[in-house]
Amino acid sequence: MSTTKTVSTLEALPTQGATKKADTKAAVLRILFYALVIVIIVFNLFPFFWALLSSFRPSNELFSTKLIPNALTLDHYVEVFKDQRFVQSLINSVIVAGLTVLIALGLGSVCAYALGRLPFRFKGPVLYLVLTMTMFPQIAILSGLFVMLRTLDMFNTRQGLVLTYLIFTMPFTIWVMTQYFRSLPKELEEAAYVDGASPLKVFWDILLPLTMPGLVSTGLLAFIAAWNEFLFALTFTITDNMKTVPVVISQFTGASSFEQPWGAIMAASMVVTIPLVILVMIFQYRIVEGLTAGAVKG
Amino acid sequence: MIKEIDLYARQKRLAWWLIAPAVLVVVVIIAYPTIQVIVYSFMKYKLDGVTPPSFVGWDNYSYVLTDPDWWSAVSNTLIFTVVSVILECDLGLAVAMVANSKFKGRTVFRVAILVPWAIPTVVSSKIWSWMVNDIYGVVNIVLTDLHILPQKIAWLATPATALPVIIAVDVWKATPFMALLLLAGLQLIPKDLYEAGSIDGATKVRQFWAITLPLVTPTLLVALVFRTLDALRVFDIFYVMVGGQGNLETMAVYNQQQLVSFLDAGVGSATSVIILIVIMLFVILYTRFSRTSFE
Repeated sequence: MSTTKTVSTLEALPTQGATKKADTKAAVLRILFYALVIVIIVFNLFPFFWALLSSFRPSNELFSTKLIPNALTLDHYVEVFKDQRFVQSLINSVIVAGLTVLIALGLGSVCAYALGRLPFRFKGPVLYLVLTMTMFPQIAILSGLFVMLRTLDMFNTRQGLVLTYLIFTMPFTIWVMTQYFRSLPKELEEAAYVDGASPLKVFWDILLPLTMPGLVSTGLLAFIAAWNEFLFALTFTITDNMKTVPVVISQFTGASSFEQPWGAIMAASMVVTIPLVILVMIFQYRIVEGLTAGAVKG
Repeated sequence: MIKEIDLYARQKRLAWWLIAPAVLVVVVIIAYPTIQVIVYSFMKYKLDGVTPPSFVGWDNYSYVLTDPDWWSAVSNTLIFTVVSVILECDLGLAVAMVANSKFKGRTVFRVAILVPWAIPTVVSSKIWSWMVNDIYGVVNIVLTDLHILPQKIAWLATPATALPVIIAVDVWKATPFMALLLLAGLQLIPKDLYEAGSIDGATKVRQFWAITLPLVTPTLLVALVFRTLDALRVFDIFYVMVGGQGNLETMAVYNQQQLVSFLDAGVGSATSVIILIVIMLFVILYTRFSRTSFE
């Protein structure tokens, strides 16, 4: 709690120094504040940088804690890209996460348009149901899905994973996109209706382009969620050619089962993480917007 | 006038058509499996394809509720949930307040706090496993070099040290999410409240307790629910970091093991129903006490 107090103390620092004493105090507080900022940034980034550094360390140097390694190597990256299992899992993850996003956005955004813009009698109950489902614990239907996928002949397939991934991407997409459609001004479509446009044309030509930012942020969040998903991928796939990246990374083993190939694990981890970190850097604003729209506006 | 009524009817018809596919998908992938889980929970249902399923009444429930492994999973989950959510709320608020003040490098700060959130949980768990590795882990080496620890510790080998490490990973990963939600809440607080406070001579500490905290509480309560629901179903971190080391399962890990390792859909389903009831109880109690409405 002491940190919080420090921060609030510093929230609106006096810029005009009244006395010399106040000046010194303000300067000290400012330094403390930046120290806090640096501590938070280091704590947040250190594990990532440590993993990045480990992934470039030669195997014989992997077990040293010197911050600056004597040499850097791409060996571990070469090793993971030579591993057919890993390459295949990357392809699987791209396919599964990509398809999930396309379907969730496609079905979800038209549903959100209807809920946000069109007259519909059960709007309230449907929205409430959608919100409940965004918080639905996936573990609670694990065995039901397991049996269902086997009956549908979709067990251990990519399409089976896509189907189950809609559980956590669709309700979220519908909820956030409904908020976006609602926020658009009414006058936009009224003019088009006066000109005799159909509701579907209004949706496609006028409203959809305006909700592009919303589509981008929900799409990104859905992609990240699908890319990172572990429980379903672990439970509903068994053969190496169907596994996704998180499952393969969790099962990485070395020549002997007692020694984990940490260099390779860190390299593989960086391969799946760096694209996400870049996405976060580029779309920082959109992601935050989507995340908070999903929660705070509720 | 006629045209308007016509348009209204068309819009209404279209609404049905647009909502139907999404609702259908949700029914197939959520409602149907939920009903199935409830049915299976009363059946002896082995997934070996040999024994035909048969109804056994409450047997699966009594099996789970008398299994000491289940109760240890419950206690692990509850300790994990309470400790990590409390830490994430406090630290999240601190980080949010830093992000909400004006300083050079604020954008860098905001991107930096998003990084742990974006890293896949499996990857975070592996990175931390490597960092706390018993012999070569940076944590052990630094702590022994600084003479904080007399000797290196096999952190993940015993529950007493593994649970704090796992909580640390979750706090590291989830605090950014918390901070972002709280930041959105902080930004809703009108600035003139602080100005009025300053004029009245309220100290910054007093302003925190009198203005910031009460006004950010609604957001804090919503964020708390999200995090708690997430924490109660925690699976990835435990499975990857201490999977197979016994004694440190969560409710979700126990459930998954019943289904996959023992191929027992009956006991697995009964576990699911119990977890669902626990979570629903939490939501009901929580909404009672906090009087939060989610509409």
